[in-house]
Amino acid sequence: MSEKFREDFYQNFIEDDRWKYIVDGLGNTIKITFFAVLLGIALGCLVAIIRSTYDKTHKLGVLNLLCRVYLTVIRGTPVLIQLMIIYFVVFGSARIDKVLVSVLAFGINSGAYVAEIFRSGIMSIDNGQFEAGRSLGFNYTQTMCYIIMPQAFKNVLPALGNEFIVLLKETSVAGYIAIQDLTKGADIIRSRTYNAFMPLMAAAVIYLVMVMIFSYFVERLERRLRSSDH
Amino acid sequence: MTTDYNGTLIEVQHLGKRFDKLEVLKDITVDIHKGDVVCVIGPSGSGKSTFLRCLNRLEEPTSGKIFFEGIDITDPKTDIDRHRQKMGMVFQQFNLFPHMNIMKNLTIAPVKLQGRGQKEAQDQAMKLLERVGLADRADAYPSQLSGGQKQRIAIVRALCMNPEVMLFDEPTSALDPEMVGEVLNVMRDLAREKMTMVVVTHEMGFAREVASRVMFMDEGYFLEENVPDQFFANPKNERLKNFLSKVL
Repeated sequence: MSEKFREDFYQNFIEDDRWKYIVDGLGNTIKITFFAVLLGIALGCLVAIIRSTYDKTHKLGVLNLLCRVYLTVIRGTPVLIQLMIIYFVVFGSARIDKVLVSVLAFGINSGAYVAEIFRSGIMSIDNGQFEAGRSLGFNYTQTMCYIIMPQAFKNVLPALGNEFIVLLKETSVAGYIAIQDLTKGADIIRSRTYNAFMPLMAAAVIYLVMVMIFSYFVERLERRLRSSDH
Repeated sequence: MTTDYNGTLIEVQHLGKRFDKLEVLKDITVDIHKGDVVCVIGPSGSGKSTFLRCLNRLEEPTSGKIFFEGIDITDPKTDIDRHRQKMGMVFQQFNLFPHMNIMKNLTIAPVKLQGRGQKEAQDQAMKLLERVGLADRADAYPSQLSGGQKQRIAIVRALCMNPEVMLFDEPTSALDPEMVGEVLNVMRDLAREKMTMVVVTHEMGFAREVASRVMFMDEGYFLEENVPDQFFANPKNERLKNFLSKVL
């Protein structure tokens, strides 16, 4: 049993330096996830602020409409289709870095979910907070930045953490546009060694560990932000 | 647009406010002078709070004009944020910022809006905290305070901006009875120091003792206004008589 395991392990990871498929793939997965998260937060924040500004003041009607179209389309279609449309249709004739394409696709996709998470956070803050800010002389933007958003962020942190866990795992479809991410890397090994168990398990464990590490940091952040409610 | 306002801090002319079909304020005209302590009383739903919230445009008036220090603040071109800095407001629900400690609650607006140094803002906040007896709570968070303490902090937060007038929107209505006194004491001190105050309240004792003028509001109008002695002893309006007979 252990002899067989050692043999499989050697064949799948050591022989011909096959571990490099995993490591290179992991690098791409992390790169895509990291920048997609940043893009998602930026887009989500912007859309959430436009939408709740419209809800509160009925200003920015046109932008609000655009945001709603964005949310409907992105949340209504599979991320894989979006990825392929962006790669094969939007950038079809352009030679463009595939990692960049997937950062765009996953970031734009995640932004739609983050926007609704942020918006729910903004709406969860009592209007009295907003009025207190305005009554001191803060303008709309300052009130949002200093008073509403910090509280909203704290309230939505668990949902936000969840969204980024989903995003990390969703990047596993990047192989469809021939990016060698962690999943694709494992699959390449499988196609070379005809052994499915070893590479796929390795990929699964690596995803799991990444999610666990990430969850740990989100929890710590949550605890730190909670220090004001005793 | 600018009128000479010698002594008249807030001048309200034919103020009206409607929410869709509901006309809450019908025709309000009143002058508030420097050093006035104006108490507004009336049954619930009479428009008292709406009137107060129109004064710093937390509610947008639908008709009429409001002049503050001679400037028409109902003019859409007026930078209302600048004028709000001089109009402190205290809410029924306190509305302290729960994610900041007390000192930060008190200093964020002076520092960010008036460009004052952190140190100077803190010194002033500390002095005011001492006056309301809460100097030892500067590092606490709002959730650690009682209702009465929160409201005293909310008053200090408004005072830290050095306002020309303080607007109080039923400041003691959300408090447990034993905490009402400590908040009224702070307000009484303010009145004694000649702070201009507009107070929407149900505390008839406070109105009688502290106010320079008491106004009775019902159904969107000011129906009667007088100095407190006369107001409570010789009410003329029938509805005011009726109201006083229920609350006194």
